[in-house]
Amino acid sequence: MTAPPKISIRGLRKSFGSKLVLDGIDLDVERGESLVIIGGSGSGKSVTLKCVLGLIRPDAGSIRIDGTEVVGMRGDARDEMLRKFGMLFQGAALFDSLKVWENVAFGLIEGRHMPRAKAREVALQKLAQVGLGVEVGELSPAELSGGMQKRVALARAIAAEPEIIFFDEPTTGLDPIMADVINDLIVQCVKRLGATALSITHDMASARKIADRIAMLYKGRLIWVGPVKDIDHSQNAHVDQFINGRAEGPIQMEVLRP
Amino acid sequence: MNFLALIGRVILDGLETAGRMGMFAGNGVRHAVLPPFYFRLIGRQMLAIGYFSLPVVGLTALFTGMVLALQIYIGSARFNAESAVATIVVIGITRELGPVLGGLMVAGRVSAAIAAEIGTMRVTEQIDALVTLSTNPFKYLVAPRLWAATITLPLLVLVADTIGVMGGYLIGTQKLGFNAGSYLKNTLDFLETADVVSGLVKAAVFGFIIALMGCYHGFHSKGGAQGVGRATTDAVVSASILILIANYIVTELFFAK
Repeated sequence: MTAPPKISIRGLRKSFGSKLVLDGIDLDVERGESLVIIGGSGSGKSVTLKCVLGLIRPDAGSIRIDGTEVVGMRGDARDEMLRKFGMLFQGAALFDSLKVWENVAFGLIEGRHMPRAKAREVALQKLAQVGLGVEVGELSPAELSGGMQKRVALARAIAAEPEIIFFDEPTTGLDPIMADVINDLIVQCVKRLGATALSITHDMASARKIADRIAMLYKGRLIWVGPVKDIDHSQNAHVDQFINGRAEGPIQMEVLRP
Repeated sequence: MNFLALIGRVILDGLETAGRMGMFAGNGVRHAVLPPFYFRLIGRQMLAIGYFSLPVVGLTALFTGMVLALQIYIGSARFNAESAVATIVVIGITRELGPVLGGLMVAGRVSAAIAAEIGTMRVTEQIDALVTLSTNPFKYLVAPRLWAATITLPLLVLVADTIGVMGGYLIGTQKLGFNAGSYLKNTLDFLETADVVSGLVKAAVFGFIIALMGCYHGFHSKGGAQGVGRATTDAVVSASILILIANYIVTELFFAK
């Protein structure tokens, strides 16, 4: 018998009011694989991630982690399930009332009750892994640049050595060089942990670098899923338009033309 | 729109909000009474809510006591009952004005601050980040604030009572010509334990309301800076109104005894 996929999503649907955001998503992410979901703004990428984490309750469908249904899970079982996850948020979402090292150590201290001194050691080690020195640990997040904040957030996401890591727009708002640094770090960190990664982005350079497989979300449906090497000859007009960044094509932006 | 439908919509919306607040409160209390407790966070919040509210609460109490002495003197002079000033001032302050005015001032200061902080954490996804780091936001953010406000408000009101009576004493002796000794004697002789205790119970209830409204509106804020601004306003307005309603209910409960 083969092991169940790390993440298995079936028939996931979600609408906000009358707006249908996810219209039946089916997706498997295998153990140790890095899957990137691409798609335009508002195509439901973030909602998909948040449904898996239980931050948003889907209207219908099933999400299984290691074969266990997680939709509607609560209490201790949910806490236990969430321990498997790390997440890098789009805006870094660092706690601004805490120092940088306390941010990185947060999950260890609060979630796993590790003594502060030991957690601090681990935090500084993780900061070093993302290329930040000991002195940065004592600063507050507001004193850091955007790129440094992202790196701290990455260190926080990997601090508890999660089995599954989510990356929400990891390179948005960064210059191309820093974006590439972050991409490298993501690849390194995921490899080192042997973790399963699910990312969402609309940055194709980032997607090509960190993905094993790519899935494209359009109007609440997955219109193409395949290995990253096949993306340039997908035979799908929507995918072609997106990865080449053309305004003309089957995907029409809802903008008023003069 | 149909007029009746409008009434229905308003009532349904109101009930929905009340239900959500009730569930939020229940969740908050559950996490506040069940371990683990974040004593460090409770301490920090007590400092922010209690200690730093001392100046505003003290000034409010001082001037309320002073004006109360003047007004009661004018009123009681009409039927030659000037000697009642000290007694009425102390009862008025401890039973009513200390907790209510103190509570309203703290509502303005603290509900707004809590809603703004938690609201910003909501819109910058820090609350979602808490969840992904295996930390329950109710336990980490709501419970410490509920505890801190419920504990500190009675302490603040105790200080306000003292300063308020002192304000009345200042006006009574310096302006209205009362003898200092007999003013203090009148203050203490007719004061009952229930006067102070009922005021402190009110203060604890108000403290709970203040923290709850700050947390609730902060938690449910959305849409960036504007949303946080609206949450802040809503927190102060709803805390103030609930304080006035709760004040009546608690008074009625004590009155019935």
